[in-house]
Amino acid sequence: MKKNGCNDKKIRYKSLYVDGIKYRTTFSRKYETRKYYSRPEKTKIYSFIPGTILKIDVSEGQCVNKGDSLFVLDAMKMENVIISPMEGVIKKVYMKVGERVSKGMLMMELGYS
Amino acid sequence: MGLKRKILELHKKREEVLKGGGDKAIEKQAAMGKMTARERIISLCDPDSFHEYDLFVEHEARDFDMDKKILHGDGVIIGTGTIYGKPVCIFAQDFTVAGGSLGLMHARKITKIMDHALKMKVPLIGINDSGGARIQEGVNSLAGYGEIFFRNTLSSGVIPQISVILGPCAGGAVYSPALTDFVFVVDKISKMFITGPEVIRTVLGEEISMEDLGGARVHSEITGNAHFFSKSEIECFDQIKKLVSFIPRNNMGKAKKFAPKEPRPEYRISDIVPGDPKQPYDVRDVIRAIADDSDFFEIQELWAANIVIGFGRMNGDTIGFVANQPLVLAGVLDVDSSDKAARFIRYCNAFNIPIITLVDLPGYLPGIDQEHAGVIRHGAKVLYAYSEATVPKMTVILRKAYGGGYIAMSSRHLRADFVFAWPTAEIAVMGPEGAANIIFRKEIMSAEDPEKMRKQKVKEYKEKFANPYVAAARGYVDSVIEPEETRKLLLHAIELSVNKSVFLPQKKHGIPPF
Repeated sequence: MKKNGCNDKKIRYKSLYVDGIKYRTTFSRKYETRKYYSRPEKTKIYSFIPGTILKIDVSEGQCVNKGDSLFVLDAMKMENVIISPMEGVIKKVYMKVGERVSKGMLMMELGYS
Repeated sequence: MGLKRKILELHKKREEVLKGGGDKAIEKQAAMGKMTARERIISLCDPDSFHEYDLFVEHEARDFDMDKKILHGDGVIIGTGTIYGKPVCIFAQDFTVAGGSLGLMHARKITKIMDHALKMKVPLIGINDSGGARIQEGVNSLAGYGEIFFRNTLSSGVIPQISVILGPCAGGAVYSPALTDFVFVVDKISKMFITGPEVIRTVLGEEISMEDLGGARVHSEITGNAHFFSKSEIECFDQIKKLVSFIPRNNMGKAKKFAPKEPRPEYRISDIVPGDPKQPYDVRDVIRAIADDSDFFEIQELWAANIVIGFGRMNGDTIGFVANQPLVLAGVLDVDSSDKAARFIRYCNAFNIPIITLVDLPGYLPGIDQEHAGVIRHGAKVLYAYSEATVPKMTVILRKAYGGGYIAMSSRHLRADFVFAWPTAEIAVMGPEGAANIIFRKEIMSAEDPEKMRKQKVKEYKEKFANPYVAAARGYVDSVIEPEETRKLLLHAIELSVNKSVFLPQKKHGIPPF
C-alpha cells in the first residue's frame, strides 16, 4: 500500500494560524528558534556591539539634552561616541570605565525629566 | 639516448608529482577522515576517464624563501573526465600541498579549466579543500580569486557549475561556491564561513565552534547556502553523479532522455491528500505518484522545508518540481522558501527544464520577523522567476490556493501554460474563515448569536467560493481533473509543449528583486 510520509514515524504536530484558520503541521527548527520582536525603548541604551567602555561623560541624576555625549564604547578598533537619543535625566549607569561589555547588554538607563 | 629513456624520465617525473604533499601530509588528510584530491576525482569520474592537465605547473612565489619550496601541481589538480559518459571539467584543491592554499599558479590552473569548460560547453565541478589565500603570494592570490569569481559569473546559466566542499572553504574563497548552481557538503568535513571562529572571538568576544558556525548541517538547514547534504564523501559523489544525470550539458541542449517508467504502485495518488485543507500530508508522495519510477531527487531537503524542489522524470525527460509542503509550516511561503523556489525556477528556465508546480498553500507566513526580514522583496522573487520563465510551465492546484500565494505559485496570470485543479482545490482571495469575517462583519456583529451566525456565514462562503469552479468559470483554470488523471494530463501537456516559443521584450537583463 501507499507510503504516506505523515504516518511513517511519530510526528509532533503543531498548530499554525494563517488568516484565522488553524492548520495542523510541523515547525522547522529555524521557525521555532526565531527571535521575538521587542519594541525599542528610547530610555534604555543597549550595546549594539561588544567592546570596552573608554570614558563616561555623565553621572546619575545629571540632566542631558538630545545629542549630548553619554560615553565612549571602544569596539572593532573604533571609538564610538554614544549620544543621548532624548532630553532627560540619567537614571542609572550600569557600567564602569574599563569594563568589557557584551552585545545586547543594558549599559545606561534614562528617564524623562 | 633513446625514446625509452625519455619515457622512463616522464614516468619518474610523474611519479614524483603524483605524491602530492607526500606521505606524511596524506596520512594527516586520512586522519581527518578525508580522501585525497586524487582519490576524490577517481571516485567521481567513470573508471579511467580522467585526464589531468598542468601536472608539472610550479608555483611563482619568490618572497619569504618560497622559491626554495616545491609545491607539486601548486596544490590543485585540474582535468577532464566523464560521469556516466558525459564529459565534465574538474578541479580539486589538494590540501596535502601547502594546505591547498591558493596562489597565482594555483588560480591560473583553476581558471584554465574554467575557460575550457565554458568554451567546450561542458559542466564544471570544483572540489574545494583549501586553507584560503596563500599569504606569501599577497595580492596575486586575491587576483586569483577575482579571476575565478568573474568566470563563475560568466559561466552562470551557460554551463552547469557544481561546487563540492570537502574541507575548509573560508573567507573570500566561499564566494566561488556561492556563485555556482549547486553546493554539496559532507557532515563534519565541510566548513564554510566569511569570518572564522577565531576572528569572531577576538573582535566580538563570542565563542562558537567551526561546526556550529559553518558546518555542513548549518549550511543545509539554517543558511540555505548548501543544496545537498551527505554523511560521507562517497555518498556525496553518488549524489553528484545522480544530479549530473538529471541536468543537460549546457544551456543549448536538453537533459539526456531516459527510458520512460510508470510510477510505482505503492504511491496511490488518490490516497495521499486529505480532503480537509487543514490536515497535513507529505507532498513529496504526490510527486512520487506522478514521476517516472516514483523517483524524486530532492534539492535543499533540510532548508525551508515548507517548499519542496527537485528533479524527477516524466516520460524519461527531466522535470523540475516545485511544491508547497503542508507538512511543514502548513506549506506557507516565507523569506527562505521564496528564495529557494525562485532560484530553482530560474535554474530550470536557464537549462531548458520544464516546471511542474503543485499548489497547496494558505498564503504567506505571518510575523514581524518575516516582515522585517523583507518578505516583500523575497516573496517578489517567486513572481519574478515564474513570470520570466519561458520553459513549459504546468500547474496542478491540489487544495488551497489563497490570495497572493495563489498568484505566485505559477498561476495562469504569470503565464502558466496549463493549469489543472483537483476537485478539492479552493481558489479564493483568502481562507473561508477570514473572508466571512470581513464580508459579513455587520451581520455577525449584529446577530443575536454572533458565533452561530459566523459559522453559518463561513459555511455559506465555503460552499460558494472554496472550490475550483469560480476560477474555472473565468478560464484561470483550464480543467478540473480527477487526481488519477494527473499524470496522464501532465504527460500530454509536456508532449504538447515540445516546441513552445515565447517572445519577450528585448533587454540587457532584468532587475530581479535579489
